[in-house]
Amino acid sequence: MASTSLSVHQKAIRSNVAKKALMAVTGLVLICFLLMHMFGNLKIFVSPEAYNYYADWLKHDLLYPILPHGWFIWLFRIFLVVCLVLHIYLMAILWNASLHGRGAKYVRKNRKEQTLSAKLMRWGGITLGLLLVFHLLMFTTGTITPGFAYAVHDPYHMFLGAFSQWWVVLIYAIFVAVVCMHVRHGFWSAFTTLGANVGPGARTVLNVLAYFVAALLFVGFILPPLAVLLGMVS
Amino acid sequence: MKITLKIWRQANKNAEGSMHSYQLDNVSEEMSFLEMLDLLNENLTAGDEEPVAFDYDCREGICGMCGIVINGSAHGRYESPVPTTTCQLHMRNFHDGDVIEVEPWRAGAFPVIKDLVVDRSAFDRIIQAGGYISVNTGSAPEAHSTPAPKRLADRAFDAATCIGCGACVAACPNGAGMLFTSAKITHLDNLPQGQPERMLRVKAMVAAHDDNGFGGCQNIGECASVCPKEIPLESIAQLNRDLIASLFRGDGRAQ
Ligand code: HEM
Ligand code: SF4
Ligand code: FES
Repeated sequence: MASTSLSVHQKAIRSNVAKKALMAVTGLVLICFLLMHMFGNLKIFVSPEAYNYYADWLKHDLLYPILPHGWFIWLFRIFLVVCLVLHIYLMAILWNASLHGRGAKYVRKNRKEQTLSAKLMRWGGITLGLLLVFHLLMFTTGTITPGFAYAVHDPYHMFLGAFSQWWVVLIYAIFVAVVCMHVRHGFWSAFTTLGANVGPGARTVLNVLAYFVAALLFVGFILPPLAVLLGMVS
Repeated sequence: MKITLKIWRQANKNAEGSMHSYQLDNVSEEMSFLEMLDLLNENLTAGDEEPVAFDYDCREGICGMCGIVINGSAHGRYESPVPTTTCQLHMRNFHDGDVIEVEPWRAGAFPVIKDLVVDRSAFDRIIQAGGYISVNTGSAPEAHSTPAPKRLADRAFDAATCIGCGACVAACPNGAGMLFTSAKITHLDNLPQGQPERMLRVKAMVAAHDDNGFGGCQNIGECASVCPKEIPLESIAQLNRDLIASLFRGDGRAQ
């Protein structure tokens, strides 16, 4: 409750709205990353060499000579982790505020507007986070290696080995679907939080864009694994 | 028509509440929802039972006192094609033999006082935190002395129609009071008279909103869908824009 030692300005900085704004910015950064990552993955359709060259360039040469070899990837990883940790930390604080805000449960409730994606922002986000850990354990650290041998310089064959197995593709399909739902509500929500919902027209535009970005991510991420599973890439 | 009511009964703020069933046999479809509850209370009183406590004042949709949740929907809007307050909802929206569930607003910031009556004074504290605007009181000023652009004046006027009923909070899965607060912000921030204190006002009202135990907004839109005055969802984006801008200003800093 009221903490009198803070000035109004300090309270505004710590307000739910300010926290949501930071969540929106970090969420949008993560969406930008996902779009880049998705686009990069499509190199699998060009050739094994193109794919491996691209992956190697990301890890070693990007921004060279401004940065020494291999620095960019670490700076970028730190940046993404900071965004993700902030995003999740703020989620936890706001969730707590909502549990108090909501009060006692209704015996019967009849929601008119809430979509499934909106309803699942928290539990879906947590699922997303867990699947993300699984993803990193596979391709980044090489701790779980179903169907492939970990090889830093040959991600093409890691990709092929992993996605030749139907269950890995299935887990990925779920992962991507969860991401897609999070982005569907998150994209609209982020822009509204930042004040872009200036009227009914803007609401429509933001929602259409949200569906577009979410669908683009789903198709772009699921195509390469599907193609491997169906033997179209080998 | 015959109606079965399931109503939340709770003796006082600290008592455990529960749903109780009541049967009403001669409900006219001309009755308003509150008149139907009056009928129930007459029957209860005649039978020496405690009448159901519910709030109202104007019974014409302008005071904001009468909010209750009907069949899971604030003001029973779900059953009605038009925006409505509970007092303007009529029994013709229901059918013979219907079972109607009636609950109070449920939100951390709106504790139940008795049965269907909640304490909405948290809204007053948000208004208080908004403070004053710089206008001269006394004799009415010449209407044209302060020009207000028509588009913004209309927007301010629409926002000013908020009656503080609390349906937006009741319908929100997070118990946020953002539609209400943003209606007040949109009202004053679009008028020339609201400019001098604009940045301080948004900070103070948002701080009071959080201090009073309302939750955070997830841009779901339940609030605007039940608002009897059709306060638009974009009011919340206006509040967000103003708050973010205000963070870069010194208003409200400790001296
Ligand atoms: C790649 C990962 C992620 C992306 C791209 C992403 C993106 C977004 C975006 C753009 C928003 C809207 C921001 C706003 O209006 O506040 C958002 C909100 C949210 N995110 Fe994430 N997020 C990610 C991961 C997570 C994780 C791991 C969680 C955690 C548990 C999570 C939980 C939430 C919650 C609870 C919201 C608020 C929901 C709302 O505004 O309705 N997110 N996310
Ligand atoms: S914004 Fe609408 S629902 Fe909320 S208090 Fe005002 S009139 Fe009632
Ligand atoms: S009793 Fe005044 S708005 Fe319903």
